[in-house]
Amino acid sequence: MANVFSSIGNWVNERAPGMMPMYRKHMTDYYAPKNFNFFYYFGSLAMLVLVNQILTGIFLTMFYKPGALTAFDSVEYIMRDVQWGWLIRYMHSTGASMFFIVVYLHMFRGLMYGSFKKPRELVWLLGMTIFLVLMAEAFMGYVLPWGNMSFWGAKVIISLFGAVPFIGDALVQWIMGDFNPADATLNRFFALHVIALPLVLLLLVVLHIAALHEVGSNNPDGVEIKKKKDANGIPLDGIRFHPYYTVKDLFGVGFFLLICAFIIFFQPTLGGWFLENDNFIPANNLVTPAEIKPVWYFTPFYAILRVIPDKGLGVLAMFASIIVLFLVPWIDRGVVKSIRYRGLGYKIALSVFVVTFLLFGAIGEGKSSEWIQKIFGSSADVSGIEMHFGWFLLVCYFGFFLFLWAYTRFGYEKTKPVPERVTTHA
Amino acid sequence: MANDVVDGVADQGAVDHGRRRFLTATTAVVGGAGALTAIVPFIKSWEPSERAKNAGAPVLADISKIEPGQRLAVAWRGQPVWVINRTPALLATLPQVANRLKDPKSANADQQPNYAQNDTRSLKPEWLVVVGICTHLGCSPEFVPDIKPEPFDPDWKGGFFCPCHKSRYDIAGRVFQGVPAPANLVIPPYKFVSDKQIMIGVNPEGAA
Repeated sequence: MANVFSSIGNWVNERAPGMMPMYRKHMTDYYAPKNFNFFYYFGSLAMLVLVNQILTGIFLTMFYKPGALTAFDSVEYIMRDVQWGWLIRYMHSTGASMFFIVVYLHMFRGLMYGSFKKPRELVWLLGMTIFLVLMAEAFMGYVLPWGNMSFWGAKVIISLFGAVPFIGDALVQWIMGDFNPADATLNRFFALHVIALPLVLLLLVVLHIAALHEVGSNNPDGVEIKKKKDANGIPLDGIRFHPYYTVKDLFGVGFFLLICAFIIFFQPTLGGWFLENDNFIPANNLVTPAEIKPVWYFTPFYAILRVIPDKGLGVLAMFASIIVLFLVPWIDRGVVKSIRYRGLGYKIALSVFVVTFLLFGAIGEGKSSEWIQKIFGSSADVSGIEMHFGWFLLVCYFGFFLFLWAYTRFGYEKTKPVPERVTTHA
Repeated sequence: MANDVVDGVADQGAVDHGRRRFLTATTAVVGGAGALTAIVPFIKSWEPSERAKNAGAPVLADISKIEPGQRLAVAWRGQPVWVINRTPALLATLPQVANRLKDPKSANADQQPNYAQNDTRSLKPEWLVVVGICTHLGCSPEFVPDIKPEPFDPDWKGGFFCPCHKSRYDIAGRVFQGVPAPANLVIPPYKFVSDKQIMIGVNPEGAA
C-alpha cells in the first residue's frame, strides 16, 4: 500500500516538481516564532471562516433565487423546507459576524504588537484591502435576503455615493440600475457577492500570506527571529509551522467552533445583533424600518457618518476613518514594535482608540440614545448630546493617529529595551 | 542602440532598441485603447434598463377623497410620493418657521420644478406633492402634522420627521437648520388633470 502512495507521489513529483518545495516552504519549513499567544489564533480562524462562508455559500446558491419577487421567499424556503437548510443558512449568517469578530481582533493584534511595521508594511496593506473587500462582500450579502432592512440598508449605503461631486446622482443610479434599489440591484449584488468579490478575496488572502511568509511572522515581543540563527540557518526562536502551529491552531478551532455552534443552535439572530429583526419582513419601498441601522460590524463607521450633520463631510469622514488605517505603518515612526516595550503614551492611546471604536459602535447601534436618556432624563436633547459626544469621539479617533505620529516623530516616546530574543516564559 | 543603425537600417544581428521601444509602446497604446473601449458595454449594462425606464412612467392619483390634514401615498418610480391636503392652519405656519430653515426660499433649484419654487412649494397652496424620501440618506420621514410640542422639537409646527437621523422638515418639505439633511424634500414634476386628479411625473402644459 505504501508503495502505491509513494509511486503516485513520485509520478506527480516528476511532472510538477515545484509542489513539494512549495508545501515545505509554507508549512513544515516555515519557521514561526515560538512565543505566539492567544491573539495569534485569529489569522487562521479568519481562513477557517472564509472556507465556511464559501462552502455554505455554494450550498445556499443551490436554493436561493435572486430577484426582487423571489429572493425573500427562497430564503424562507431554505429556512423551512430545505432539509437542514436552516443550519446551512445560519452557519453562513453567523459566519459573517464571526468573520468580523476575528478580523477585528486580528487587526487589533497587529496594532498591539506592531505587526504593520517594517518590513511588514505590505502585509498590512494587503490585510487592510482584504478588510475593505470584506466590508463590500458583507454589505452585498446582507442585501440578498431582500428583507426590509436589506432594501433600506442598500438604499442608505448606495446613497452615500451621491455625495461624490458632480456625478453623484448618476453614479447612484448606475449602481442601482434603477431609480431605487430594485431587481437589477439585487441581481448584480448577487453576482458580485457570489463570484466576483470571493475571487478577489481569495487572491488577496493568498497574497497576504505570501507576503507574510517572505518577511516572516512578527510576535508578541516584536523581535525579528531571523536575526539569531543556528548553524543550519534556522532561527533559534523559530518552530516549524507544521506540526507545531497547525496543532495549536486546531485547538483554537475546536474552542471557536464550540462558540459558533452555541450561537447557531441557540441564538442564531443573537437578539437582533447578527440578523436584524426588521430583515424578517419583506422589502417594502414605501415603509422604512423604525430605525435603519447596519449590522453591528459596520456600526462604528456608520456612527462617524451619523454624528456629522453635513452629508458630504460625513461621508468623507467615514471613508477617511478607514483610509487612515492603511497609513498606520507610515504614521507610526516608532522603532519598537511590541506594546510590551513601548512607551506609556502608546498604551494609553491604543486603549482610548479601542474604547472610542466601541463607543462609536454603540452610537451606530442606537444604544447611546437609551444611555443618554438614562443619564440626563427623558426631557434631554438626546440627538444634540449624542452629536456633541460624537464630535468628542471623532477627535479621539483621528487624534489617535495624530498623536501617534507626533509621539514617535518628535521622540517623546520612552521605550523599554527590547530583548535580543523572545521571552519564552519557560 | 542608435549607433548600430546605419542610414535607418539595422545591422544584421544587432537589436534596434529604438524600433523595439516604438513598437512596444504603440502596441500597448492601441491594445490599451481597445481594452478601454471594450469596457464600455459592461459599464453601460449597469445603467437603468429600457424596462426600468419605462416603469418610471407618470402615474395618475385620485385626490378627491383626501380630507384636509390627510395624506395619500402614491408610488412613482418606486418612490413614495405624498399628496397632502394642507389645512389653512398648517399653511399659516409656513412663514412662522421660515427663520429656522436652511433654505426657506427654495433657492436650491434641484429640489423642485420652477413652478413649485414659491412660498408653499406647490401649484395650489393647499396641495403639497412631495417625494417622501429624506434628502440625507434616503429614509422615509414620518408625517407629523399636529401643531404641538414633540420630543424632537418643543416648538413643532407640523411637518416631517426622519427617524433615521432625526432630520426635520416643515409642512412644505423645507429642511430645518441643524439637522443632517442637506436640502429640502424633492417636489416631483406633477400637474392637475382636473380638480380631482393629479398626474405625477409630468410637468403642467407650458411649464418647463
